[in-house]
Amino acid sequence: MAPVIRHSTGVGFCTPGAQADIAERPSAVSGKTSETRRITLTVNGQQHDLQVTPNAILLDVLREQLNLFGTKKGCDHGQCGACTVHVNGQSVNSCLLLACMQEGVDIVTIEGLAESAGFEQGHHPVQEAFLEHDAYQCGYCTAGQMMTASAVINDDTIDGDEVSLREALSGNICRCGAYKNILDAVQSARGKMRGGQ
Amino acid sequence: MRQFELESVEAIDQAVRHRRVHDGQAFIAGGTTLLDLVKLDVMQPEKVVDVTRLPLKRIELLDDGRLKIGALVSNTELAKHEIVMRDYPVISEALLSGASTGLRNMASTGGNVMQRTRCPYFRDPDMPCNKREPGTGCSAIDGINRNHAVLGTSEQCIATHPSDMCVGMVAAGATLVLEGPDGQREVAFEDYHLLPGDTPEREHDLKPGELITHVILDAPRGGGQHYLKLRDRASYEFALASCAAVVNLDGDNIGEARLALGGVATKPWRADAAEAALKGQPATQESFERAAEAAFSDAVAYSHNGFKITLGKQAIVRALRDATARARA
Repeated sequence: MAPVIRHSTGVGFCTPGAQADIAERPSAVSGKTSETRRITLTVNGQQHDLQVTPNAILLDVLREQLNLFGTKKGCDHGQCGACTVHVNGQSVNSCLLLACMQEGVDIVTIEGLAESAGFEQGHHPVQEAFLEHDAYQCGYCTAGQMMTASAVINDDTIDGDEVSLREALSGNICRCGAYKNILDAVQSARGKMRGGQ
Repeated sequence: MRQFELESVEAIDQAVRHRRVHDGQAFIAGGTTLLDLVKLDVMQPEKVVDVTRLPLKRIELLDDGRLKIGALVSNTELAKHEIVMRDYPVISEALLSGASTGLRNMASTGGNVMQRTRCPYFRDPDMPCNKREPGTGCSAIDGINRNHAVLGTSEQCIATHPSDMCVGMVAAGATLVLEGPDGQREVAFEDYHLLPGDTPEREHDLKPGELITHVILDAPRGGGQHYLKLRDRASYEFALASCAAVVNLDGDNIGEARLALGGVATKPWRADAAEAALKGQPATQESFERAAEAAFSDAVAYSHNGFKITLGKQAIVRALRDATARARA
C-alpha cells in the first residue's frame, strides 16, 4: 500500500512544510482563532494527512493544500459546476462540501480520472473525446464538464439520447457556450465506453 | 468564510440533545443550502452538527402501504427508487426537475424540506430583509420582484419557497417525523411550512431542538400523476410556476384530484380551491380552466410578477391534462 502523504497546515499556494507556523491563525471574518484538526483524505487513490479548520471547503483543500489545480473555482456556490469531482464515483460540487466530512470516501479529481477508470496510461475516453471534438474554448469549465460527463456515462439510470444527456449535464455551465461540441464529445465517449448501450 | 465548530454525532438522541444545549447551531447533511448561505454570511452558525452518520438512510415500505423515507436519503436516490418511480412519479419528476446531477447527489431529503428561499434580497446581507433580520423591512415588495410569490404573501415578506420535491410531496400527501428533546412527533407535510405573516423569520414548525428524521408518504393514490415546471431555462433553474397533479378518474369524471403549486407561493402550496372545483366534474379543458381560476382567485401581484398568475394557471391546466391522460392510459 502506498504511504500516507503528510501535509503541513497551510493555506495559499504553499509547498508542504512551508507554512507550518500558521496552524492557528485568526479568522478574517469572525476574529476568532480557529482550531485546526487532523484529517485523512483519500484523493486519487492516495491517502493524505492534512491539518484543516472545521470550515475548510473540499475545493479549497484540493487546490491550496494538495496543489491539485485541475479542479476549478467558478461561482463557489453550487451554481456553475466548475468544481465537480467524484465522491465514491458520484459527481458532486466540491465547493459545497466540508473537507472534514469527507474522511473515508474515495475522492477523484480530474488529475486522477483516467487512472481511477483503469486507463493507467494516457487519457480517459472522455478526455480523448473532448480533444477530438474541440469541446472547449477557454477551458475553465472543462475539468468539471469531464468529471460530470464521466460519472453520467457510468450511470445506468441515465439514457444516452440527447435530451437525457443535456439534462444530466446541465449543472455545468460553459460561459463560452461550447455546449454543442461538449455534447458531441460526451456522446462519442459514451458510445466508445458502453458499446452503444 | 466565518469559522464555526464542527461536531459529528452518531445517534439521534445525541444530535437532539446537542441542539438543545447550544443556540446558534445548525445541522448539516448535504450542505448545499447551509454552506452556500454561510459563505454569503446569511446564516451564521457558531456550531455545525454533522448528522450524516445517523441511521436515517433507508427507504422502507410500511405494512399499511405507506413509504417511510429516512431524512438522509439523497435526492438522487429518492428520485430513482423503484417504488417512488412506480407509485409516486409526481415526486420523482419533481426531484429530477430540481438542481443538477451533482447537487442532487449531495442534497438530502430532510435538507430539501429545510432549504431556504432564493430571494436575492434574503441572500444579500447588505439589503433589508424581514426574513433574515426581522423588522428591517422587505426589499422585494418595492424592488425587483419578478421571481416572487403571488400566493400566501404578507406585507412583511413575498419570498417564494424554492423546493420542487416539497410540492410533489404535498400533492402525494405526506407526514414529517420529528425527533426532539421531548420525544417524537408527526406533522402533516402541508402544515409544516408556515406562511410569512408578521413573522417571516419563522419558516416551519420545527421546535428548538428538533430534527427531521423521516418523511412518510401516504399510501399510493394511483391515478395519473405529473409534475410540470416552467422556468426561464429548460434545466438547472428554479420554477417561475410549477404544478404537481395527482388525478383519479371516476369514469369520464374526476373522482379526486390533488394539486400543489411551486414558484408562485410563499410555501409549498396546496391548491384546495382548485381541487374542490374539480371534484365530480368532467375531465375536460373547461373544468381544468375553472380549477385554475379558482386556484388564483386570491392571488396578489406585485410590480413585476403579475405574469405568474397567468403562467400558474396555464401550469395547472397543462399538468391536469397530462395527469388525466396518464390516468386514462
